[in-house]
Amino acid sequence: MTTILSILDLRKSYANGFEALKGVSLDIEEGEILALLGPNGAGKTTLISTVCGITTPTSGSVTVGGYDIQTEFRAARKMIGLVPQEIALEPFEKVWNTVRFSRGLFGHGSDNARIEEILRKLSLWDKRRNAIKELSGGMKRRVLIAKALAHEPRVLFLDEPTAGVDVELRKDMWEIVAELKQAGVTIILTTHYIEEAEAIADRVGVIDKGELLLVQDKDTLMAQMGKKQIEVMLTEPVSTIPESLSEHNLALNGAGDALIYTYDTHAERTGITTLLNDVAQAGLVLRDVQTRQSSLEEIFVNLVSGEPA
Amino acid sequence: MNWSAIAAIYRFEMARFFRTLAQSFLSPVLSTSLYFVVFGTAIGSRIQEIEGVSYGAFIVPGLIMLSVVMLSISNASFGIYFPKFLGTIYELLSAPINFIEIVIGYVGAAATKALFVGLVILVTATFFVDIRIEHPFAMAAFLILSCLSFSLLGFIVGIWAGNFEQMSLVPQLVVTPLIFLGGTFYSISMLPPLWQTITLFNPVVYLISGFRWSFYGIADVPIFWSLLAILAFTGICLAIIGWIFKTGWRIRS
Repeated sequence: MTTILSILDLRKSYANGFEALKGVSLDIEEGEILALLGPNGAGKTTLISTVCGITTPTSGSVTVGGYDIQTEFRAARKMIGLVPQEIALEPFEKVWNTVRFSRGLFGHGSDNARIEEILRKLSLWDKRRNAIKELSGGMKRRVLIAKALAHEPRVLFLDEPTAGVDVELRKDMWEIVAELKQAGVTIILTTHYIEEAEAIADRVGVIDKGELLLVQDKDTLMAQMGKKQIEVMLTEPVSTIPESLSEHNLALNGAGDALIYTYDTHAERTGITTLLNDVAQAGLVLRDVQTRQSSLEEIFVNLVSGEPA
Repeated sequence: MNWSAIAAIYRFEMARFFRTLAQSFLSPVLSTSLYFVVFGTAIGSRIQEIEGVSYGAFIVPGLIMLSVVMLSISNASFGIYFPKFLGTIYELLSAPINFIEIVIGYVGAAATKALFVGLVILVTATFFVDIRIEHPFAMAAFLILSCLSFSLLGFIVGIWAGNFEQMSLVPQLVVTPLIFLGGTFYSISMLPPLWQTITLFNPVVYLISGFRWSFYGIADVPIFWSLLAILAFTGICLAIIGWIFKTGWRIRS
């Protein structure tokens, strides 16, 4: 794998002293999908804006495809496409014209075949002669993506691409992202929706208060940091956990008909066999057993709140 | 130079103009006709010829300049303010273009629109009065330079403005008085001596005087000073834009 985007000790401070980025370093491999998770004001958009040239960094360096974003900004920016968080489009302009404008802005001549391909891929072909103001919110988001793809970027930034869109459109977006990955485009997306990162990302980065808390392969992250739980369902509810089971640190659900056992998937001994034996010894009859792995969302909340996962 | 980007901005801005072509065309024709009815016919019939030129013909260069200056400022300021207002400026800032190319695209389009309207007014005026152009090249140069320099000023206003009210502040509170007091409708030789001296501090006087000279060969101030004034004004606007480019003032955080 080749590193396509390299961020080194990137800092951004504002005149009022606020530090939006506190020395972020990150390497992104070509062709991967990286999801940046973080609460509001964590620095996600500032990071993207700085890489894309909208915000000037206070210090640090960023290279895209080996080109420095400040000293070789033309070559660097040609490789980048940006889909912003807010729907920002000229309302009276036609879909075709606005995509052609974006292509021209990035130094490409008008290529009708290429623009048609992009519009068809994003289901915008039938709307090409419509003014932007005539489109639905979902269609406008597609136009933003079409504009970002108009100059055939190798790195695509999607800043909260599915914020405020319905479930169906969100799924469509995921498909579009998957297709782009197939085409070899590197994608960095910020999102509030953990399920989005869980569904489409190869790696997950967690950012909070301007610091990158971790960047890890999604599956590894979940395997390393995820807790697993066994829910032991009982045929007869109990009011308290029997004394003989106290060493297992069990929890009782609200209805009293399930014992919840949390364990570390990577521990040498999970203690499951002993638990089940002890449950039987205590005279409880099992109705069912099911396991549950903690989601990325729980991992994320724990990381941001500083509690162990 | 990213010529594709300049062409894209220019074409995008001109598309806005062509979308409202009827208004762009009819508005100056109507307002010029009204000026001729009010100033040329109603008032002008009571005013003698000025240095051998009928009053109606005398005010034509001033009327053209009035519209060209106002339109250049409003076109350019709106052109760059609108992306700021809509948020679409993110695309300009993230594109592989520098500030000079952005300025060329926006200012070029704004100046073209103003030039078009200036020519429409000139043609409209020929239906009302006899016009002669003694120095056509000088006329074209003054007209183009005025369109460009005031479009540069408009661009600065658009960058500076934080809302639509601020955007109309400079044209209404500064430029309109300067134009009306700059000899659009009279020769400054018609003023009392003290006011003649005060008027010389108004930069628009030099602009209108030079432009009128290109039509009829008559001027309130020497043509050299007029040329110098418009070049100096263009230079000042370019210097301010250069500073904005360096600092990213009001554009880039």
